[in-house]
Amino acid sequence: MLFLLILLLSLLAQFFLPWWSIAVVCFGVAFLRATRGGQAFLAGFLAIGVTWLGAALFWHLVTDGLLSTRVATMLTINSPWLLMAATVLVAGVVGGISALSGFYVRRVFA
Amino acid sequence: MKWVRAILATLLTLALVYALNRTFGIVPALGPFLSPYEGFWRSGSDDDFTSEELTLAGLKAPVQVRFDSLRVPHIFAQNDHDLYFAQGYLTAKDRLWQMEFMTHAAAGRLSELIGDQTLEMDRYQRRIGMVASARKSLEKMQADPQSKAVMNAYTAGVNAYIDQLSPRDYPFEYKLLHYAPEPWTTLKIALLLKMLAQDMTGYSDDLRMTNNLRKYGPGVVKDLFPNYPFREEPIVPAGTPTNFTPLPIPPTPAEFMAGVASHTLERQKPENLGSNNWAITGARTANGYPLLASDPHLNLSLPSIWHVVQLHAPGINTYGVIIPGAPGVGIGFNERIAWGMTNVGADVLDWYEIRFKDQKRQEYWHDNQWKPVRRVVEKINVKGGETLLDTVLYTHHGPVAYLPNEEPLRSGNTPTGHALRWTAHDTQNELKTLILVNRAANYQDFRKALTTWAAPAFNFVFADARNIAIVSNGLFPLKWQEQGKFLLDGSNPAHDWHGWIPMDQVPQVLNPQRGFVSSANQTPVSPKDYPYYLGSSFAGYERSARINQRLAAMTQATPDSFRLMQMDNYSFVPRNVLPTMLKLLDQPALSEKQQKVYQTLASWNYQFDADKTAPSLFEEWWQRLARAIWVDDFPQDKFKAPTRDRLVQMILAEPNARWYDDVTTPQKETLPLLVNRTFKQIADSLGTEGDQLKWGTAKNSNIRHMAQLPGFGEKLFSGGSANSINALNGSHGPSWRMVVQMGPQVQAWGVYPGGQSGNPGSRFYDNLLNDWQSGKLHQLLFLRSAMDRPSSTSVQWTLKQN
Repeated sequence: MLFLLILLLSLLAQFFLPWWSIAVVCFGVAFLRATRGGQAFLAGFLAIGVTWLGAALFWHLVTDGLLSTRVATMLTINSPWLLMAATVLVAGVVGGISALSGFYVRRVFA
Repeated sequence: MKWVRAILATLLTLALVYALNRTFGIVPALGPFLSPYEGFWRSGSDDDFTSEELTLAGLKAPVQVRFDSLRVPHIFAQNDHDLYFAQGYLTAKDRLWQMEFMTHAAAGRLSELIGDQTLEMDRYQRRIGMVASARKSLEKMQADPQSKAVMNAYTAGVNAYIDQLSPRDYPFEYKLLHYAPEPWTTLKIALLLKMLAQDMTGYSDDLRMTNNLRKYGPGVVKDLFPNYPFREEPIVPAGTPTNFTPLPIPPTPAEFMAGVASHTLERQKPENLGSNNWAITGARTANGYPLLASDPHLNLSLPSIWHVVQLHAPGINTYGVIIPGAPGVGIGFNERIAWGMTNVGADVLDWYEIRFKDQKRQEYWHDNQWKPVRRVVEKINVKGGETLLDTVLYTHHGPVAYLPNEEPLRSGNTPTGHALRWTAHDTQNELKTLILVNRAANYQDFRKALTTWAAPAFNFVFADARNIAIVSNGLFPLKWQEQGKFLLDGSNPAHDWHGWIPMDQVPQVLNPQRGFVSSANQTPVSPKDYPYYLGSSFAGYERSARINQRLAAMTQATPDSFRLMQMDNYSFVPRNVLPTMLKLLDQPALSEKQQKVYQTLASWNYQFDADKTAPSLFEEWWQRLARAIWVDDFPQDKFKAPTRDRLVQMILAEPNARWYDDVTTPQKETLPLLVNRTFKQIADSLGTEGDQLKWGTAKNSNIRHMAQLPGFGEKLFSGGSANSINALNGSHGPSWRMVVQMGPQVQAWGVYPGGQSGNPGSRFYDNLLNDWQSGKLHQLLFLRSAMDRPSSTSVQWTLKQN
């Protein structure tokens, strides 16, 4: 539930707002809906990870990986798939930690 | 406890977002960069390229743009304003980042984008007065109503593109470096023209030549550094009479020798910075009309140096290439004429030794009086907040690039305490030349258009249906013989530049007897046939000799003859010197391995082909030999070694010259000894046979991204050499190859290493690279009207005013 809510809201936010809107969404949704810290972190991590994985995969395939391959070479990781993994990891960590902090803040008042 | 936990977690979130939202040195801002909703992932897409209608504020009437299969825009406008507006818009669409980056580099503003790594580069640009001279030029260009209108329309077009761009649509490099495009300005157009002048003429060897003079005296310098080479084929055929009354030449003042300058290096002209162009008369072509070819050689980079465009409006229909960011067509053709350019390489940059009154440096000595120094404070903003102030001192000669007590920048490119006098500081209206050349219908129009072209001086080749011509055109200071070959005396008015060679007296030739014209950066004209001194360090004669040899043999030339010529890998350098080098080898003393190398070289046909090993062996041997001869007498850091031409002459004709001896050793070296020693060195250092030795690999040619991003360039495997017509040498080479057949229906072919798009994720970023490497030319689609050959293009944009 928490996962789905973050997924949908963050997707919507990211189409219009800067990337850091994911942190706001995770914080807010976890603040309102999370019940456990682990759950908050996991939902934030996975939901944001999925939104970035889906979109990165989409663009990678649509562009035949031309640019992602070059960027991977530039960052000396040499594989666009590793680059995608790094992308998802960054998204997940931001999502997870912001959701967790939303939940913790809520607990102060609870 | 709960509080602490909540605060810590929230702080962690904020810190994370903050850290990911900014750059750290070369690390990009990972949040926005990696986000597939705004970052680089989505920058690659350009497949949704379809016909469409765009509404653009600022247009006066609808504009049709037809894109061909190479994605070259063919712009059909109803008036000049809309024509240049659309060109600005479409160039920005393809090359916005490149345009802006180049102008930032020219203006000394790279540190704003990159940080303090580029600080010295920026300071150098400020010290040589780039922005100041661009401003002056801009004023001059804006004073002409036509140029002003063109610049304003183009600028408005670029800005129309920038204005509708949302951050997520920024070109890749903006996302990587985490900044946003700023509005385009007319000053940036002027900066691009100044950058061209800097690339072509911003070099000198005056300081090293002065050091040579101090060390060896005028006799040796005269012998080793002649004003006219031993072998030469001047652009104006020898014996061509002049038909003008020359201005009086300024008198040569008493000898002057500047003080020792503590600098190590000047910015020396890269060897064979150059280009080719040529044209042949209709009498010697298959279809009876002249043919013209042009291939400018530059430091190759991606995005491509050139943007291809066709411009059509009432009074103009022209096609060709231009540096993105500047309006019009630079090298190309129209329905009547074709033209191309090569660098002249005349001495248009001199240094004056400045004597300041005292350490305050508020006055300097000139014409027996103290004159005031003008101070200009340059502000260099560095990424991350810091702003650096740098004061540049100006004399009437020009800016004092470096002061005696300063550490030289860029490993000391410029003499300390010397003022720079440079034609790039003299304003003319080069843009006007392009505007008029693009519309020229005949040689008279063309010639007239050139009179406002100052810098960089170019050898402009020309052809129409009946005529061929070449003009070494630009602003040349009127000098006494050898003026500026050495550092000049900044206090003596006799050393100042004394006016200019009149524009109608520059070296030129129209329809010469021999039936062709050509240039490859060699001496424009023999001093026997020309009254003025232009300089003494032009490119070697080898490329021009090969061009002339082939043109002289042509009777039924076709465009393909020219295409093949542009790919010619032959070089006169080994032809002239290798047989002598081989003859000096002590053959019986060679080992089996050395014998094999000998055989490879002895059976070579002097073609620098990619799959041959002989070119690699020769180049290595020749460079080593030259170094072994000169390095003791003319150490590179402070002295200029004699040219290749002089060295060849010495090897062929002066077996006992003193220069063969290595003065750092007690024994006496001779030419045969050095030849044998260097030969054995290279033969013995060879690894096991392999592809590494093939010329295409050994010369290590590649084309890099303009910001040197790894992964954004390509390795090249190609023949050619600095002194072949196909002048690919390292990363320097033919940046555009064009062949034009004149006649009632002008036809043209061309290729360049790269593509129309500046987007590294686009197929059109480097789609022509392979064709360029293999020597293929594409027929250029030259449309007569918006309706011409409708099936030749598939995508059409209509730009409408709102």
